[in-house]
Amino acid sequence: MTTPTTSLSEMPAADEVAEAPARPSRGSAWARGPIPILLAVVIVLAIWQIVVWSGWRPDYLLPGPMTVFAELGHIVAQPEFWRALGRTLVRAVAGFGLAVLTGTAIGLAAARSRTLRAAIGSLVTGLQTMPSVVWFPLAILLLGLGESAIMFVVVLGAAPSVANGVLSGVDQVAPAYFRLGRVLGAEGWRLYRYIVIPAALPSYLGGLNQGWAFAWRSLMAGELLVVIPGAVALGNRLAFAQEFGDAAGLLAYMLVILVVGMLADAGFSAVATRIRQRRGLAVR
Amino acid sequence: MTAAASTASGAAVSERGRLRLSGVSKVFGRGDAQVVALEGVDLDIAPGEFVAVVGGSGCGKSTMLSLAAGLEQPTSGTVTANGGVALMFQESTLLPWLTAAQNVELALRLRGVGKDERRQRARELLAKVRLGRHVDQRPHELSGGMRQRVALARVLAQESAIVLMDEPLGALDAMTRDQMHDLIESVWQEAGFTVVFVTHNVREAVRLADRSILMGSRPGRVIHAQPNTLPRPRRLDSNLLVEMAADLTRRLKEEVAVHDDADYFTI
Repeated sequence: MTTPTTSLSEMPAADEVAEAPARPSRGSAWARGPIPILLAVVIVLAIWQIVVWSGWRPDYLLPGPMTVFAELGHIVAQPEFWRALGRTLVRAVAGFGLAVLTGTAIGLAAARSRTLRAAIGSLVTGLQTMPSVVWFPLAILLLGLGESAIMFVVVLGAAPSVANGVLSGVDQVAPAYFRLGRVLGAEGWRLYRYIVIPAALPSYLGGLNQGWAFAWRSLMAGELLVVIPGAVALGNRLAFAQEFGDAAGLLAYMLVILVVGMLADAGFSAVATRIRQRRGLAVR
Repeated sequence: MTAAASTASGAAVSERGRLRLSGVSKVFGRGDAQVVALEGVDLDIAPGEFVAVVGGSGCGKSTMLSLAAGLEQPTSGTVTANGGVALMFQESTLLPWLTAAQNVELALRLRGVGKDERRQRARELLAKVRLGRHVDQRPHELSGGMRQRVALARVLAQESAIVLMDEPLGALDAMTRDQMHDLIESVWQEAGFTVVFVTHNVREAVRLADRSILMGSRPGRVIHAQPNTLPRPRRLDSNLLVEMAADLTRRLKEEVAVHDDADYFTI
């Protein structure tokens, strides 16, 4: 007992993972409230306005924030805007949903089979390093200029992140939980249902969040490249504005795209934070 | 505790609650990296007996529990555990996304207990470990001692004939430990299961066990068994208990001294 030695013989059994709830230091209420966000907006607007005032580019190419907000108000009042936004959101939700289904299925299959995992793991990582916009020419060639080409690229962009979220989630499940599951008599699917999947949930959510970001980017790239007659979407509007030299409209649509992305991200963060709080991993 | 000697000699193996290791060895790794964790361990633990296993680091006591729990297979020899095995870990390994009650309920659910019954049963068990007012709290809202009490309630929910405890109080302070000794003793006396309690604390072993098994390392093996018939409940500071603990400590030190040089030079 006086010699604190460790030997290999203890290792296989002594793999308890002490889940000491690492409490991040509680920042001041000020730093976590809405004030930093407001501050960020003010800084961006100020820089923008200063660049406009400097006269670097003429007003019709780079309008100031006031002009753009006025244009935004004008755009939002038109039913075409809402149709375009609606079409884009439907595509985003459908593409992301499909990516979640395929990514989750692939991730779970790969997590349960060592061979499949070795094969799919590197494939998924490889796919992730490839900018999804690269797939568009091929998608258009194979599927034509249409919805399916956009869906194809959105799913391809998002699914690897979702699958990765599943894989890293299952990897991070403490060995002690697997031992516990066996001691409690949870085998096979029940082990996954009651222990592995809930334990992997935070990682999975991270994968979903990242998958959404990729889906959104792929979709915007797709809508810039693929114009379907009679089905105008947000990205198309952006392209039109550039072609017509409508700088204020272009910036207004950029703001809309930014806000949609931020709202979705805030939604994911809220869910993730809530789950972490319930597990004692985050400060309330 | 006397049930062991009841029936005909040949039937002893099938008795509920009996744990028997015969000639058990466990080797990890191959070739140069090979480590003999356990060698020739013979142990016969009677139904309802409370056995403490004491030893220094690397004596294979955790490995022995893994074998008894069926989490690992012995390289040679046989392990017979009759009547189901529950395992209590050093860290409570409560599931952080479930409340105290839900953690206990999960053990019941996995045994196929119906919804209403398991809700009620989980509350009863938590009341038994004096956590009746904390049923809806999550593990991170509980102290270390409370978490281990939830883990104890979960072990009780398994209704196994054999309960293995792997240094369950190792992370607790002395005061909480003392309370846990009383609690473990009382639930054991009430339920009558067999206990194998691994610890590196000799006083704790003598406080709780009917028999303390001393294990030596390299390779892990049983070097001494100390029966303990002191009346219960025992006090940690009673003279007889301190004497027995001192005897165990002396034997343990002798064992460690033999390996001292080797320990320092193999690492």
